[in-house]
Amino acid sequence: MTAKIAVKGVTKIFGRHPRMALDMLKAGHSKEEIFARTGQTIGVHDASLEVESGEIFVVMGLSGSGKSTLVRMLNRLIDPTAGEILIDGQDITKLSRADLIELRRRDLGMVFQSFALMPHLRVWENAAFGLDIAGESLPRRRDKAQAALEAVGLGAYAESWPQELSGGMQQRVGLARALANEPSVLLMDEAFSALDPLIRAEMQDELLRLQADRQRTIVFISHDLDEAIRIGDRLAIMEGGRVVQVGRPDEILKNPANDYVRSFFRNIDVTKVLTAGDIARRDQVTLIRHTGEGPRAAVRQLRERDREFAYVQDGRRRFHGVVSVETLLGAIERGNGSATLDEALLPDIAPVPVDLPMEDVLLRIASSPCPLPVVDAQGTYVGAISKTAYLETLGRTR
Amino acid sequence: MDFKLPFGAWAEAAVQFLMDHAQWLFDAIDLVVGTVADGAQLALTSLPALLFAGLVVLIGLWRNGWRFAMFAALSLLVIAGLGMWEQTIDTLALVLTATTLALALGIPLGIWAARNDRVDAVVRPALDLMQTMPAFVYLIPAAMLFGLGRVPGVIATIIFCMPPAVRLTSLGIRQVPHPLVEAGLAFGCTPRQLLFKVQMPTALPSIMAGINQTIMLSLSMVVIASMIGAGGVGNEVLRGIQRLDIALGFEGGLAVVILAILLDRITQSFGTRNPTGQPARMSWKTVLSRRGIRTAQAVATPTRTERAAETG
Repeated sequence: MTAKIAVKGVTKIFGRHPRMALDMLKAGHSKEEIFARTGQTIGVHDASLEVESGEIFVVMGLSGSGKSTLVRMLNRLIDPTAGEILIDGQDITKLSRADLIELRRRDLGMVFQSFALMPHLRVWENAAFGLDIAGESLPRRRDKAQAALEAVGLGAYAESWPQELSGGMQQRVGLARALANEPSVLLMDEAFSALDPLIRAEMQDELLRLQADRQRTIVFISHDLDEAIRIGDRLAIMEGGRVVQVGRPDEILKNPANDYVRSFFRNIDVTKVLTAGDIARRDQVTLIRHTGEGPRAAVRQLRERDREFAYVQDGRRRFHGVVSVETLLGAIERGNGSATLDEALLPDIAPVPVDLPMEDVLLRIASSPCPLPVVDAQGTYVGAISKTAYLETLGRTR
Repeated sequence: MDFKLPFGAWAEAAVQFLMDHAQWLFDAIDLVVGTVADGAQLALTSLPALLFAGLVVLIGLWRNGWRFAMFAALSLLVIAGLGMWEQTIDTLALVLTATTLALALGIPLGIWAARNDRVDAVVRPALDLMQTMPAFVYLIPAAMLFGLGRVPGVIATIIFCMPPAVRLTSLGIRQVPHPLVEAGLAFGCTPRQLLFKVQMPTALPSIMAGINQTIMLSLSMVVIASMIGAGGVGNEVLRGIQRLDIALGFEGGLAVVILAILLDRITQSFGTRNPTGQPARMSWKTVLSRRGIRTAQAVATPTRTERAAETG
């Protein structure tokens, strides 16, 4: 995959003397110091990140962290003070006005938190706004707008006025407007933040569905981590104008770059982010089925390691079953010395796949007599999750 | 104390200078204003009175419903019955002339002021001056530069009635919600497209309120301008004052009030709808605040006429 958008060392300083502030910034002065000395505000400081083609990239941060400024520099609603922004390899900070307008019309759609629909235009005219601006003919505008409205499920509302629609429907119109000219990049500035939770979840699903139909590069601004994790392929976390961490949600959750990022994730529902594979541990006793290892040897091994259960694999390390000290002793008693491991297997132990979310592991682990075995797509044993490990993971992130 | 600030003398010198050196300019203005005024006069007087009254009633019916249409019919009958028909038509022609020209100047100026802070910084105090300067003051230089008659009357009226058009256009455009402007830019608007496809349509209710105010102010000024021979109903009022003829003064005043109500209600009805035919869906707040402006104006307008009566 190639980088669709590359942001390189981008800085934005608000105020009348950005150069002065920029020099101070380079000299290593803090944001507060610069504001006190020059009155200039640092919006974004030396931000670098790359957005891959076709991914949903979520920029997260508290208000004032510079995320809205950053996204507005991608279509130059705000001009960066320093740095480069490449879209398809072209540095857009050097575009002429005319080329910039052309780029906005052709390649960049935007969805706004406050919907920003034109109150004097009907729903279909709003959806066709970008096409009208770009000079498309009326019949083509109508067709494309109608198609975009159908795509977001508002085909029947073309003739309505935006004010007649609910918030969620208005934002669907906003989405249709951004999609109508089929841009390759979609910028979404807190697009769903003004909607109530149920509608927000519905819109997130809608976005994922649209994305599944046709891959666009989406840069999504959000302050809601649940939303970011739900829709984001990758996240960037911003703090005080800086990009402090970029990565997949589970990577960031497992290895937060600093306390700010950690605190961000404190209230997150980890059971939605982490999977069985993330929390499985390889510290259980494992036995190989075909090396002639009998129940007696197994019991000895378990006693040495002070364990109750052992995980049985076949010769190719595929998971076979679980035995316990108790069932092994039972088998030895019954089998008069010729017992096998198979006779000691616990009944009804089904392994869970590595990619099963933690939230779905919960019920299984609650009813399992032993730590829950985890297998990959080939059935290979990758570890087990004990009740203790599960609870520790929950505790660690709260 | 003998010392006196010579502002008055300076103003006089300035007018004198303009008379000596820029007569061609005033001749040109005279020509333009005179032509528009003559055109409006001709258009209105060439219509048979009955047809004209019928049109007003029909417009009233279309915009404001049958109650207002009945009121319009009745009030036009009253004007005719008072023997003020011709004077009222003259006044209307003056109002239309002054308003058209004031809007032709004021709306572009308002747009400019909205888009440029420096222009705004100059225009704002100028508008304050234009609005607070007693209206009669304009009559003197207007009469000196253009002589007596309709043209100086219209020009004094334009100066007096233009401020709300400039102000409310500028205000309307500045108050267009920022996200709408951002949306316009994000989808690739040129500055011109942004103005005509986003800012102007969104500011339309405010601009229409400005137009309504301009018309109402021009009506009040046209009456005063009769002092320099602008003609119309104002003449009757003026004659009433000069002769201390209470009956004549009252009848002239009544004709002005009727004209004011008709113009106000009709132009207002356009302010609540926009060209795409979208039904009025302004919030109550907006309606109330605009009604607020209008009430204040309605209060202010007679005060001005009263003051005119006292000084006249």
